[in-house]
Amino acid sequence: MNSHLPITKLDAIWVYLAATPLLGLTVTLVAYLVAINIYARARHNPLANPVLIAVALVIAALKITDTPYRTYFEGAQFVHFLLGPATVALALPLYRQWDKLKRGALPLLGGLVAGSLTAVISAVGVAKLFDASHQTLASLAPKSVTTPIAMAVAEKVGGIPSLTAVLVISTGVFGAVSARWILDIVRVRETEVRGFAIGVASHGIGTARAFQVSEEMGAFSGLGMGLNGVFTAFVVPVWLPLLLRWL
Amino acid sequence: MLRSLAALLIFQCLGESVSYVFSLPVPGPVIGMLLLFAFAMMRPAAVEAIEPTALELLRHLSLLFIPAGVGIMVSAQAVQGEALAVIASLVVSTTLGIAVTALVTRALLRRQRRNTTTGEGTS
Repeated sequence: MNSHLPITKLDAIWVYLAATPLLGLTVTLVAYLVAINIYARARHNPLANPVLIAVALVIAALKITDTPYRTYFEGAQFVHFLLGPATVALALPLYRQWDKLKRGALPLLGGLVAGSLTAVISAVGVAKLFDASHQTLASLAPKSVTTPIAMAVAEKVGGIPSLTAVLVISTGVFGAVSARWILDIVRVRETEVRGFAIGVASHGIGTARAFQVSEEMGAFSGLGMGLNGVFTAFVVPVWLPLLLRWL
Repeated sequence: MLRSLAALLIFQCLGESVSYVFSLPVPGPVIGMLLLFAFAMMRPAAVEAIEPTALELLRHLSLLFIPAGVGIMVSAQAVQGEALAVIASLVVSTTLGIAVTALVTRALLRRQRRNTTTGEGTS
């Protein structure tokens, strides 16, 4: 308080660094390292979800320093970009589990169709009970699948893609945090079934959690996420408008 | 590591191209995943080379969602006024989605197992 000089200087350094992609990238990596440290200390309790903690830390840092999201994203986009290659990489665990997958192909497809339709219909139905607008209903419908597919589907059925992006992330975090308890309550113990259900209902963020549990669970979760992405992309735009008109 | 990163990027490019040329609703990386999977089936030897980097990337999948997650900061106001509807919808539908997928998949797996082992007196 007595001397303004150091603070102005710090400010200047911050403004200087924030103008380059360096800061956004550094903040993201540091927040992630802190988050996985907390997650490990909590002995991988799903409540200590690393995405949730890291996002909260970054948002706090941006709010405190009054840094706009756009400035942050200039650096963070390099991390964001890796989602593409990571999605491609899911082919390898899938390949490793192929024998198991092939044997269970029909049951997995049955579970996919049942789970995917349940998630879409209940999402739209519950929001309708609360008198949500038509646009919100359409934005909610594809929220269980990976962001690019969900945004494209939302646009097709009359939703708001940017709202869908928020809903997709929230769904993923909620699924990653709560899946263990939900699956325990319905007494499903099989690793492959647990992984598959997490992937179908909570896409990549759920899959990230599944990979932290085991590679096998991750492979099945990645499969569930991929299949539901393809299923939703082709099927939801066809029948959702009919459901929305009827509601 | 560089070779496998290059391989992942090549398959992503291929996927993006296929998605664009056929104007598919499925994004490029998902198609890239299917193409890499097909390639792995044809050339199992290539898997050994790509796998370590691929698994390392997947081990830190959580990291990759942080930038998009922070975006909630700017787009959260889009749900204002309907926050309750949206939260209720997310919680109920995600819970049901996980439970129904798991229960249906397991029931079908058990039925399949029973059908293939009929005569052995199981179930």
